[in-house]
Amino acid sequence: MRIASRQHFEEAVAAARDRREARTRDIWVCCGTGCLANGSAAVAEAFRSRIEAEGLQTGLGVYTKTTGCHGFCQRGPLVVIQPEGILYTRVQARDVPEILEKTIGRGEVVERLLYRDPNTRTPVARYEEIPFYRHQTRIAMRNIGRLDPGDLDDALALGAYGGLVRALFEKTPEEVIEEVRKAGLRGRGGAGFSTARKWAAARKARGDRKFVLCNGDEGDPGAFKDRSILEGDPHSVLEGMIIGAYAVGAHEGYIYVRDEYPLAVVHVQKAIEDARERGLLGRDILGSGFDFDLRVSRGGGAFVCGESSALMRSIEGKVGEPRAKYIHASDRGLFDLPTVLNNVETWADVGAILTHGGEWFAAYGTAKSRGTKAFSLVGKVKNTGLIELPMGESLRRIIFDIGGGILKDRPFKAVQTGGPSGGCLPADRLDLPVDYEVLTENGSMMGSGGMIVMDDRTCMVDVARYFLKFLSEESCGKCVPCREGLRQMLHIFDDLCEGRGRPGDIERIERLARGMQLGSLCELGKSAPNPVLSTLRYFRDEYEAHIDRKACPAGICRTLTTYRIIEDPCTGCHQCTKVCPVEAIEGRPRQKHRILPEKCISCGSCYDVCPENCIEFLPRGGREEAIHGHADH
Amino acid sequence: MATLTIDGRRVEAPAGTFLLQACRQAGVSVPTLCDHPAVEPYGGCRLCVVDVTRPEWDGWRKMVVSCLYPVEDGLIVDTRSDRVIETRRVVLDLLLARSPRTPLIQRLAREYGIERTSYEPNPEPTDCILCGLCVRICDRLGHSAIGTADRGAGRVVAPPFHEPPEACVGCLACAEICPTGFIRFESGPDRRRIWNRDFEMVRCPRCGRAHVTKAQAAWYARRMGWPEAEFEVCDSCRRRDMAATTVRLGEGPTGNAAS
Repeated sequence: MRIASRQHFEEAVAAARDRREARTRDIWVCCGTGCLANGSAAVAEAFRSRIEAEGLQTGLGVYTKTTGCHGFCQRGPLVVIQPEGILYTRVQARDVPEILEKTIGRGEVVERLLYRDPNTRTPVARYEEIPFYRHQTRIAMRNIGRLDPGDLDDALALGAYGGLVRALFEKTPEEVIEEVRKAGLRGRGGAGFSTARKWAAARKARGDRKFVLCNGDEGDPGAFKDRSILEGDPHSVLEGMIIGAYAVGAHEGYIYVRDEYPLAVVHVQKAIEDARERGLLGRDILGSGFDFDLRVSRGGGAFVCGESSALMRSIEGKVGEPRAKYIHASDRGLFDLPTVLNNVETWADVGAILTHGGEWFAAYGTAKSRGTKAFSLVGKVKNTGLIELPMGESLRRIIFDIGGGILKDRPFKAVQTGGPSGGCLPADRLDLPVDYEVLTENGSMMGSGGMIVMDDRTCMVDVARYFLKFLSEESCGKCVPCREGLRQMLHIFDDLCEGRGRPGDIERIERLARGMQLGSLCELGKSAPNPVLSTLRYFRDEYEAHIDRKACPAGICRTLTTYRIIEDPCTGCHQCTKVCPVEAIEGRPRQKHRILPEKCISCGSCYDVCPENCIEFLPRGGREEAIHGHADH
Repeated sequence: MATLTIDGRRVEAPAGTFLLQACRQAGVSVPTLCDHPAVEPYGGCRLCVVDVTRPEWDGWRKMVVSCLYPVEDGLIVDTRSDRVIETRRVVLDLLLARSPRTPLIQRLAREYGIERTSYEPNPEPTDCILCGLCVRICDRLGHSAIGTADRGAGRVVAPPFHEPPEACVGCLACAEICPTGFIRFESGPDRRRIWNRDFEMVRCPRCGRAHVTKAQAAWYARRMGWPEAEFEVCDSCRRRDMAATTVRLGEGPTGNAAS
């Protein structure tokens, strides 16, 4: 039913809370993309049918619901039993009867499904006690995992749209902007521009037709925080956008979502329809007299459309290419009209800021970077997933406390932050506090909050080449420095990784990088050299090894690396032969094995699985000396 | 009017214009490959970069493309700073790698001291420098028959789906605006061929010259709401008619007045 006044809203919230509290037992099944891929839909269905068949709902007040991403994707499908807060990991449909019987029926914990600390191997039952969650502070993701994204009442019970009510009924648009200014909120898409300044400029801009837009075109490799927010709590984004629209005087908005995020598209569309039906969108929102409506615009799969001017062109139905931004979007943006574009996470923060006040938000974080920040923690780290914590926490805390350290306890080598526009930070930067300025000063950037952890089995030249390859495919090709510069830069890196590096390559890279930074049209091209420059800054010796010795110190660049089995400790366990994709390892079980150099493609799979550490890699040039006879025939 | 300084000289420029025009009016030459008075500025070739600053910026300067940066009162423009020249050099070096055999690029590169590219020359040299002029003029004329396909290094100018473009009227504007002669066409007394599409020619009823395609005449007629026959007479004959009319009218009343 349509909510037509503030009082009516408070009543709806109270009713929603009562309904939520009436559930004596609530089983939350994560249906974020990661868990769905691992079969969580079947788990949810199993719970539902079993609860119904056994009459548990009416008898014991047992309910189940599907939620958005809990963040701990690596351990999915995740199931949380409330109110105890027990987290079960890697749950399959066949585990459902046991959970219902033991946990719901007898209050016992199913130990085999609990999370085990990877370092101590002790099981941890309660959600909040797991280090991955314990060290987090969630604002943008405050309700993700706790609510059913398709159920507006569930969101209302958890405080959704409370900030909107305060904005609409207690504050003028200027006061809303002032609150956001007090919060010190800066753009969560990566550049970190002051949100309040952006809004104030758009408010001042002339014209009565203005837009607010949400950038959900998250495309950095390894980043998925915006996806999880849109999928898991779309109402937080809607609330932020309505508040923003009220502040700048806009009546129309678009949420631009990548079409590769189908679940996000569906959940956002459902949220918009539900909000419209309840009077939270459309004419005379909550009886306040303010009109605003939203539409979804689906991206066509171009990374560059995350760039603001390209995104606006794309919404207009034109080719998604950037244009010069000497005139700001707050004056001339979408359809050449005043426009505010903010990232998904920024919008999700706004509702909380209006609910609790700017000062509350500003109490988190560092002097210039206030509040919390969401990151997608991926790569060679024990606990991968989605996290949020106050700005200014150290990389070490993120990677070792929350992330649990490096997989297989290998040495940490670098962490890549900020996606293709960011850079790689080495071990001696682990204690840096993570905020916008510090990351930039150290050659990386906040970017969209992707954090890729790398161990010693990572070649930094190869990492830079990976990002160059990605960008050369994603550059729109409009301007020369980005299009041709990336093509040539990639060419130099292909040469480096394949043993064709020449003296002077580093200088050529640096000169081209400078030209691209200065000359490119948009931030994609201007920041494209960052992965190159940051690896060059911290790992120059690896570049030199590739050029001077034609060697890849990490043993990753295949052309430069050869593998062999050290005979002595080899027990003939056969692990390596099982993983070798080209049958290049010979040897009978429990007898010493041997790598056939003429078949070996130097992929390193054997090295990574060998339990005895008896496989070594050497520069390709060394092969002739070591195993000359086999290489030659 | 805005008053600004370009390379140390005070220059006045009409408000709402861009730095490139102001530079040219001041006699300062700035290289460009994607600028043309018939179409909107684009900012793609990046050759027209200049440094701008203001006294209150405390020495901070930013590099902008002059074709798109609006003139402002008090702006100080440097078109020859070291980093401007260096950026243009990198751009020309890159373009020379893409189009090593294109005379226009060779000449510009030579002006900036580059005889041979320091990058990997394109294994398939092309004369298309992706300046976008053809696409923009086609858009501007209302056809939008060609566009760019693919992204990044794979970007090419092409009709939709690389098929003969339905929206093309064979006007040749794309080929004529192309600064390197990349866009090929054949035009004869009866047929014209461009973008793999054949067009029937219309002959001027006066002089018999094949000057316009049938599709083009039809499109003009539709656009202007005039009969198609209006566009069958060629420009030269039309001018000749106009001149004759002017002379006749001139002779008539003047003659009368003198008598």
